[in-house]
Amino acid sequence: MLEVSNLNVFYGKSQALRDVSLKVNEKEIVALVGANGAGKTTLLNTISGLLRPASGTVEFLGKRIDRLAPHAIVQLGICQIPEGRKLFTDMTVSENLDMGAYASEAWKRRKETLDEVYQIFPVLKERGGQLTRKLSGGEGQMVAIGRGLMSNPRLCMFDEPSYGLAPKLFSEVLDVVKRLRKEGITVFLVEQSVRQTLELADRAYVLENGRIVLEGKGKDLLQDEQVKKAYLGV
Amino acid sequence: MRILEGRDVTKSFGGLAAVSHVDFHIDQGEIVGLIGPNGAGKTTMFNLISASFPLSSGEMEFKSQKLNGLKPHQVCKMGIARTFQQVKIFADMPVLQNVLVGAFFGTPARVSGSGAAQEASQALDFVGLSAISATPAKDLTLVNQKRVEVARALATKPELLLLDELMAGLNPTEVSEAMGLVRKIRDRGITVFMVEHVMKAIMGICERIMVLHHGEKICEGTPQEIARNKQVVEIYLGEEAHAGS
Repeated sequence: MLEVSNLNVFYGKSQALRDVSLKVNEKEIVALVGANGAGKTTLLNTISGLLRPASGTVEFLGKRIDRLAPHAIVQLGICQIPEGRKLFTDMTVSENLDMGAYASEAWKRRKETLDEVYQIFPVLKERGGQLTRKLSGGEGQMVAIGRGLMSNPRLCMFDEPSYGLAPKLFSEVLDVVKRLRKEGITVFLVEQSVRQTLELADRAYVLENGRIVLEGKGKDLLQDEQVKKAYLGV
Repeated sequence: MRILEGRDVTKSFGGLAAVSHVDFHIDQGEIVGLIGPNGAGKTTMFNLISASFPLSSGEMEFKSQKLNGLKPHQVCKMGIARTFQQVKIFADMPVLQNVLVGAFFGTPARVSGSGAAQEASQALDFVGLSAISATPAKDLTLVNQKRVEVARALATKPELLLLDELMAGLNPTEVSEAMGLVRKIRDRGITVFMVEHVMKAIMGICERIMVLHHGEKICEGTPQEIARNKQVVEIYLGEEAHAGS
């Protein structure tokens, strides 16, 4: 479904991604783990068109997307749920959710999608009229996820969904991820709660200093000595 | 010795009591944790201590001096510094300048330019960001931006440091390193009050933990007591084990 080939990305002169190649198949949950600063968010930003690669390609459903604008990529069915939420803080919860559908065909069926989002996160319905800057961190994260889902994505990219969530709520978010897969949405998951992430993922990649250094089944990587030492703190 | 004490601390937003009749104290030299479900009032509590919001009722004292009615900058000058859950850096300024702001601003007396520069670079060294001191803060990873906030707070020379989710976005190995950083801060004589969802961190370094739920303090105790508390498991931890995360 998604194929990234030999991607090189720079910030000025410093190279953030080096020859990165990876694949995400339809209906998989694929995880990307790596240290702070390894290039995980850079990779997501490149896939979603916020950054331009110096070389390499990104293909989605057989079509090259690495020169497309972010809104065009959203229309093709890729959404990104950004790290740190990035909400429209002077807009209400329901307005933020609507914005998720704004760039795509999803606008036409936004009311139905909104009902689905409210089903997943009932608290957002209660808070629909509230400005998002007045939400707690966890509620904000729910809005960010809901906003992503409002674009009716086929591929949903999560950047650190656990960020700022209470343990119980994070478990619930992981349940949402599983539920998305059941509904046929493919998931690319960047997440630092490495153990739960690898347990959940079908496959995973490890990114180190801008390079993919390991790939495999999530459960196999959990047993990998290098992963244990560098990421699980064992 | 009590460094911070709150009595009947209450904050309402319209009809909603975000923090409700909370009595608490922090002793000098402690590392105290504040946990609770999302929306429980933890960040609001920090906003009250740092005077970002005025109290609706109740009172707070820092080293036996009343905090009620003070402005954030006055509280900072008294020796309380903080970081923010949603980072508030000076995005277009280099890392070092961000920290310089803290050094120039802090307690207690005026500092010279060179004194502040030295203070700032020491603080950066302490959090491990010396190598990128010239980088614009907006180009840092979110995790490093949080460290900039720690350095900026330390540069004000606080006696009490409020850390709002320092560990968010770190993998378990990085969490261990950050726990070392918090211990180092305390070993410099700075009392630490921290909001955190990463259980490995909060259970590993706090001597005492308070739990907020719907704005009320529902319990308080050692990490072991908190981990065993049925209500905390039910509302916050969930039934699954979370020690590894």
